[in-house]
Amino acid sequence: MSASQTVGPFFSIGLEYLNRNDLVVPGISGAVITIRGQILDGDRQPVPDAQLEIWQADAEGNYSENKCEATSHSPAKFTGFARIFTDTAGKFEFRTIKPGSVRGAGGETQAPHIAVFVFMRGLLKLLYTRIYFPGEVANDSDAVLSLVPPDRKRTLIAGGRETKDFFEWNVMLQGSDETVFFEW
Amino acid sequence: MHDPRRYRKFAAGTQPEYLHPAYVSSVKRAPTKPLILLPHTKTETSGPVFGHSLVTAADSDLTAQHSGEPLGERIIVSGRVLDEDGRGVPESLVEIWQANAAGRYLHKMDHHGAPLDPNFSGCGRVMTDTEGRYRFVSIKPGAYPWGNHHNAWRPQHIHFSLFGAGLLTRLVTQMYFPGDPLLEFDPIYNSTADERARRRLVAKFDWETTEPSHALGYRFDIVLRGREQTPMEK
Repeated sequence: MSASQTVGPFFSIGLEYLNRNDLVVPGISGAVITIRGQILDGDRQPVPDAQLEIWQADAEGNYSENKCEATSHSPAKFTGFARIFTDTAGKFEFRTIKPGSVRGAGGETQAPHIAVFVFMRGLLKLLYTRIYFPGEVANDSDAVLSLVPPDRKRTLIAGGRETKDFFEWNVMLQGSDETVFFEW
Repeated sequence: MHDPRRYRKFAAGTQPEYLHPAYVSSVKRAPTKPLILLPHTKTETSGPVFGHSLVTAADSDLTAQHSGEPLGERIIVSGRVLDEDGRGVPESLVEIWQANAAGRYLHKMDHHGAPLDPNFSGCGRVMTDTEGRYRFVSIKPGAYPWGNHHNAWRPQHIHFSLFGAGLLTRLVTQMYFPGDPLLEFDPIYNSTADERARRRLVAKFDWETTEPSHALGYRFDIVLRGREQTPMEK
């Protein structure tokens, strides 16, 4: 396999054409949610030059499988894929549909989650993590979450705020509350 | 028993570690806690779906995106995207970005004193064909200084982003040029321990794709992670 190399500091010029902070398309079923957060490095400094690449199922737990036509920047249907860039304060925000439960590796049900790749200068390989949702009964039996030490699970589970459709999820690259990253 | 790992492990030394102190930016950004080995579920084996019609034929010629021609040495970069069994990866997105011939990126945070080129943006994309082939027309990027250490210069390179069949084949890498004297001093190129793995990131000069009186050809094949053999196949 070819070796991974860092995206470097200027990758946005090549990747930002798929930047999309709103995955919601007209007529889509499911609960519209907003996820907001910040990326902090080992000195607790915000990372202003990062990108998240997300992939998720729709509200019924199905992943997009077919090619999708697009006009301008917007796919014509819900794809579950987007690139989201951090701002100068290392913050990001996107609006999407809350994903449904999808099947796990052994056919069991996984708790609702969003897959996240983290891109930035300084990373020689992409980081892979997941966003889970608070208060989900299925979190207790999720086969991936169950591999995570109990005291680190909270780094994967988004925090809820004022309303049920707003979540906060941060990426801590290092430190005692370092986000759980997976060897994928 | 179902094997939850559907894709192969990386061969020892063929991938960089997250922490590579010679590459200073990795020190405060590399994870410090052990990564957790993940079972490969539908989430990871399915693939990103985006607006495929966003990628047009014009996106693969970086010399034809403006009214005039960019300055620099015209090149044709082509090759195949393969899996670890040597099979072509069809209809898969390949994205590139690079500096101009003077070593300057069209990015607001690039403060290198070399000039911008009004006829060069430095980004391209293409879908592989049914056999995994791709082709870009561009100009040879310049080397440029960076702040990693005293008198640090990046070798000439083109950044590549690849998708393959699903999340597990996602790869971002860099293509280098043969004979570049800066390679041996570059901490990013040298972040991979295995020398053969490093050399695979260096394109080969290629007479076959070199076009007379027009452009030099470079061949660069990229190998994405392969599937694990399933017990049923044994």
